[in-house]
Amino acid sequence: MTVAPERARIYEGSRIPARVPTILEVSQELRDTGDILEVNFGPNHPSTHGVLRLVIELHGETVVGLQAVIGYLHTGFEKNMEQKTWWKAITYAPRIDYVSFQNNELVFVLAIEKLLGIEVPRKATWMRMLLAELNRLHSHLVWLGTSGLELGAISMFWYCFRERETILDLFELVTGYRMHTRYFQAGGLAEDIPRGFYPECRKFVESMPAAIEQYEGLVDQNQIWIERTRGVGLLSAQDALALGQSGPVLRASGVDWDVRRDEPYLAYDQVDFDVVVYPHGDVYDRYRVRMDEMRESTKIIAQCLDRLEDMEGEAWIADDRKVVLPPREELHTSMESLIHHFKIVTEGYRVPEGEVYVAIESPRGELGCYVISDGGPKPWRVKFRAPSFVALEATATCLRESLIADMIAIVGSLDTVMGEVDR
Amino acid sequence: MTDRAWDQVPGHVSTTEAFGETTIVVERDALVDACTYLRDEEGFNFLSDVSAADYLGWGKAGVSGYIGTPAGRNLNDPMTQGYQRLPEAKPKRFAMNYHLLALYRGSARRLRLRVWLDNAESVPSVVGVWPTADWHEREAWDMMGVPVEGHPNLARILMDDDWEGHPLRKDYPIGGEPVRFSNAE
Repeated sequence: MTVAPERARIYEGSRIPARVPTILEVSQELRDTGDILEVNFGPNHPSTHGVLRLVIELHGETVVGLQAVIGYLHTGFEKNMEQKTWWKAITYAPRIDYVSFQNNELVFVLAIEKLLGIEVPRKATWMRMLLAELNRLHSHLVWLGTSGLELGAISMFWYCFRERETILDLFELVTGYRMHTRYFQAGGLAEDIPRGFYPECRKFVESMPAAIEQYEGLVDQNQIWIERTRGVGLLSAQDALALGQSGPVLRASGVDWDVRRDEPYLAYDQVDFDVVVYPHGDVYDRYRVRMDEMRESTKIIAQCLDRLEDMEGEAWIADDRKVVLPPREELHTSMESLIHHFKIVTEGYRVPEGEVYVAIESPRGELGCYVISDGGPKPWRVKFRAPSFVALEATATCLRESLIADMIAIVGSLDTVMGEVDR
Repeated sequence: MTDRAWDQVPGHVSTTEAFGETTIVVERDALVDACTYLRDEEGFNFLSDVSAADYLGWGKAGVSGYIGTPAGRNLNDPMTQGYQRLPEAKPKRFAMNYHLLALYRGSARRLRLRVWLDNAESVPSVVGVWPTADWHEREAWDMMGVPVEGHPNLARILMDDDWEGHPLRKDYPIGGEPVRFSNAE
């Protein structure tokens, strides 16, 4: 069965390339002019956010042919996770996307918990939400800093990394690590929240709105920034849906959709925040969406702090000895605790047979985790629906008829992390 | 949505509900029709993900010694990494799962569409229904070796173009890359 050509055309006015949706092909007519220059961009290039390779064909300054080549960072995470017990596989999840590590960790832990049917204490739920939003801020700051850098706004990088540093310090305060924190366990959190965290985090929340205004002050009225981003890298709402785009890229194309609001997980239905939508589908709107999202995240963090401060002394992890490690101090006095500890560490816990698909809103969009369990101590199959992977599918559509100089801005605006693309 | 409605899907084989998720299995030959029906009639306008799964060796690890194997309790191998009960057998070796989403403001409906496949049995491409399937199907071919029929550009995507084998298959060994030079020779 082949794809019917009339079906291959999605709708009128689509910019999606016709034969292969992810490849921009040069027409034979244009190729016959002999005026086409093929340029290999990457995989090792400072503005490719890692190791993305783009093979582009130029007609003058205009991009007429494009193919994205990925796989240079393929590490086999999914295969590795099949070899580890559930407990140990959690360690792999944050390393897949090294900029939004906690969201990746969260989606995998949520999938395990869905299979286990385990109840998570409310303190853990709110803390997870707080850390996920801090992580969103972290990810957007890294995006803004590096994308600004690529477009010549060098000072942006220093300002963004100033706040990023504060966030990493907060992570270190809570989890002991700056990145790849592995703080979420099936059933709750690995450790209680340290006392000093709340005042430090509150200080950060109070300083963040001023910092965001400072970033906007640097570029918002900047003629160069506006000229380089407005009307560049267009993606219509229908094209974005057809290409599976999600997160800020989708919302910048005018689609009002956010997993946090429309399919709430954790306690997102109990916090007050707005979903940011912009209509034009260009690089500027993607920038605007992320800036406003940072403000919304700050609002959510403040609400989480209010709730968490009332939960002082509550349990941070479920009391289920078949899944959760017993408290450390019990190991010296209780034989049963020692046995449970030994069994969970050496052999892992068993997860009931079944399969689930869990989706959350990561900073880059819908992050899905499809997990199959055969009832044994190791996952049978783990598949991540990486939003960066899908975002790169839109390169050919966004770059259509654009200038080579805009390529950097467009690829940057899709906010891809190559670790997640190649997994 | 009641179960009855899913019977209308072309090529419908079965519907299962588990963990609050709906899975419908369709016949391989009717996949494109089923996808088109679900997109146009049921409003599943968004393809989240395509995941292939390999069930080779499913349920072969033996029951855990702690609970008792079919042959009896093995005292020399207590609590091996086996099952407490054998998982249900699967009809064929490979499954292609299409995670669909009906994306409208304020509501989210998800559905898993599945096709069972034998080794080297091809699956029709759904790129014509959802263009985003392009890379997902290439990944399924590259990682699992599921041939996709009618795909406009079925090339490897994550591995090298000249790579041999499909790494996520259960019979693909860990550390299985060829060693071109070694000290042993």
